[in-house]
Amino acid sequence: MDEQDLKLDGNAEAGLLREVFAVELTTARGRCDNCGAVAEVGAVTVYANAPGCVLRCPQCESVLMRIVKNGGRHWLDVRGITWLEIQA
Amino acid sequence: MTLPGRALTPIRWQLCDVAELIDETPTVKTILLDAPEWPGHRAGQHLDVRLTAEDGYQAQRSYSIASPPDDDGLAITVERLDDGEVSPYLAGELVVGDKLELRGPIGGYFVWEADQGGPLLLVGGGSGVVPLMSMLRHRAAVAPDVPARLLYSARSLDDVIYREELEGFDVTYTLTREQPAGWTGYARRVDGDMLRDVADLNAQGLAYVCGPTRFVEAVADALVGIGYAPERVRTERFGPTGG
Repeated sequence: MDEQDLKLDGNAEAGLLREVFAVELTTARGRCDNCGAVAEVGAVTVYANAPGCVLRCPQCESVLMRIVKNGGRHWLDVRGITWLEIQA
Repeated sequence: MTLPGRALTPIRWQLCDVAELIDETPTVKTILLDAPEWPGHRAGQHLDVRLTAEDGYQAQRSYSIASPPDDDGLAITVERLDDGEVSPYLAGELVVGDKLELRGPIGGYFVWEADQGGPLLLVGGGSGVVPLMSMLRHRAAVAPDVPARLLYSARSLDDVIYREELEGFDVTYTLTREQPAGWTGYARRVDGDMLRDVADLNAQGLAYVCGPTRFVEAVADALVGIGYAPERVRTERFGPTGG
């Protein structure tokens, strides 16, 4: 198994994202703070094999978001995203 | 008004009963669930299943919903991965009457609704056909005038899920590993030439691609290569963690 086999997309973590956010986040659009690419969260790259879940930009591979869940808590690092546009 | 699958309430686990099991292929089963608290879903969405061992250890996986929103029942189709943690139980040991813990519907990106129109080009690799089947069934129920074509890549004819039901749909198969005697259809991985043959490039259609990561990326790249606008190609990848 190599890295390519571990690569998924935002759809795979829709359940985890719904634990954190009150809305369906896979249809939200976000801007990569590194390269400026805009993508729907369902289309971004996801690696879920780490202790946490890592969302990366499909264009430049920069980390967009990290979510770690442990002991009844979620830790959320979203510094790689400039903005999120969420359907009201 | 709250629309099915768009509920903004916290997502909760619910217990449901296994109502029926259908053998689709030697390694794939459809599990029909009696889920009285199910809020409804849209074609292409998935749900999470959680198993709890006697010692409290929990394992959780996401599965595409196979049934269309129009059916009363809720069904998932699960491929047994021998080194998997959840699928050997779901597609091997589960019996009718067992209880399953699930939550959903989940996801909104890889979804087709009738008002999005078509024509639809659905490209599935292996059990990636499952959410596409929900779309095909939904389309047949509410929008039969929307043209839809499925390109289905399977290892062999015996590995084709929903084979009988698919006879009623516009399906092109490619059998990548083993072909029956006299097979005249495709026998290679999906590529640009095949997509050019199958897709209606004159129409402003929508493409949905689901399967293993390598399959999805190859197909999505090939679709863009033959002229599909990237924003008209929706993808869903599943990987080894899906076991």
